[in-house]
Amino acid sequence: MSDTAERVKKIVVEHLGVEPAKVTENAVFIDDLGADSLDIVELVMAFEEEFGVEIPDDAAEKITTVKDAITYIDEHTA
Amino acid sequence: MFDLTGMTALVTGASGGIGSAIARSLAAQGARLALSGSNLDKLNAFRGELGGEHVAVAANLADPASVDGLVPAAVEALGGRLDILVNNAGVTRDNLAMRMKDEEWSQVLSVNLEAAFRLVRAAAKPMMKQRFGRVISITSVVGQTGNPGQANYAASKAGLVGMSKALAQELASRNITVNCVAPGFIRSAMTDVLPEAQKSALLTKIPAGDLGTGEDIGAAVVYLASREAGYVTGQTLHVNGGMAMI
Repeated sequence: MSDTAERVKKIVVEHLGVEPAKVTENAVFIDDLGADSLDIVELVMAFEEEFGVEIPDDAAEKITTVKDAITYIDEHTA
Repeated sequence: MFDLTGMTALVTGASGGIGSAIARSLAAQGARLALSGSNLDKLNAFRGELGGEHVAVAANLADPASVDGLVPAAVEALGGRLDILVNNAGVTRDNLAMRMKDEEWSQVLSVNLEAAFRLVRAAAKPMMKQRFGRVISITSVVGQTGNPGQANYAASKAGLVGMSKALAQELASRNITVNCVAPGFIRSAMTDVLPEAQKSALLTKIPAGDLGTGEDIGAAVVYLASREAGYVTGQTLHVNGGMAMI
């Protein structure tokens, strides 16, 4: 697993308080991990801080799964 | 009860009449303050008078860029925490609606309402992370009752109430409460100069028979800022001697 994936999963586990095993790449934040819309905002803020990227609103809206987050971050960090 | 030790607060319009009374009340309960206003000299003089480890942060609430910089500057000056935001700053540009200029409308709305929104939006970030926050906006009895000559001011104050109710619902799950305090007639430099006849006419409308004081408002803010008020959100606390019971 990539370093980005590890760090993303760690943030998701800590933030949503879910079992690490449930945080698969295909897990959907809202449907599978019990996140609400405010959790998504907070997760995006946490990703921005952890990876030093800016995730604009239109991009954030498209991040619905763990994999979406990892892909976006990988594409936008050097 | 209502001990604010260890909490930090940003108060806008802190050198004004009601603002300075709010700041004094919060400081007396142990909060550390970021005092904001447009005049840094005045703020620093007030900060000196308050004593303690408070900070002064100037901002021009009519300028969106200045508003957006205020919360980050205050959080930094306060050492990384922001527990309480008091949207107190407000302006009036009274005129009958038929004569009201566009600028008189927009200036009041932008300082009283838009700046407050920008500040809450920014403050919600650290508050969400902390899983604690208290947002208190100072509205006015005229936001509920209306007042001739104040279409702009009344709209801005009623706007704060609606905004606070929406934000209260958005942020409640993060232990952030959003409330308003609505002063009635408060003794100030503005009411001191009213002619005696006008003053006594005013008092006949107030069951308590007297004007309120800045301390009355400060006490209401302290309550809503306290840990004890954690289950109170989306509300407006009217402090008006009974002149309007709503």
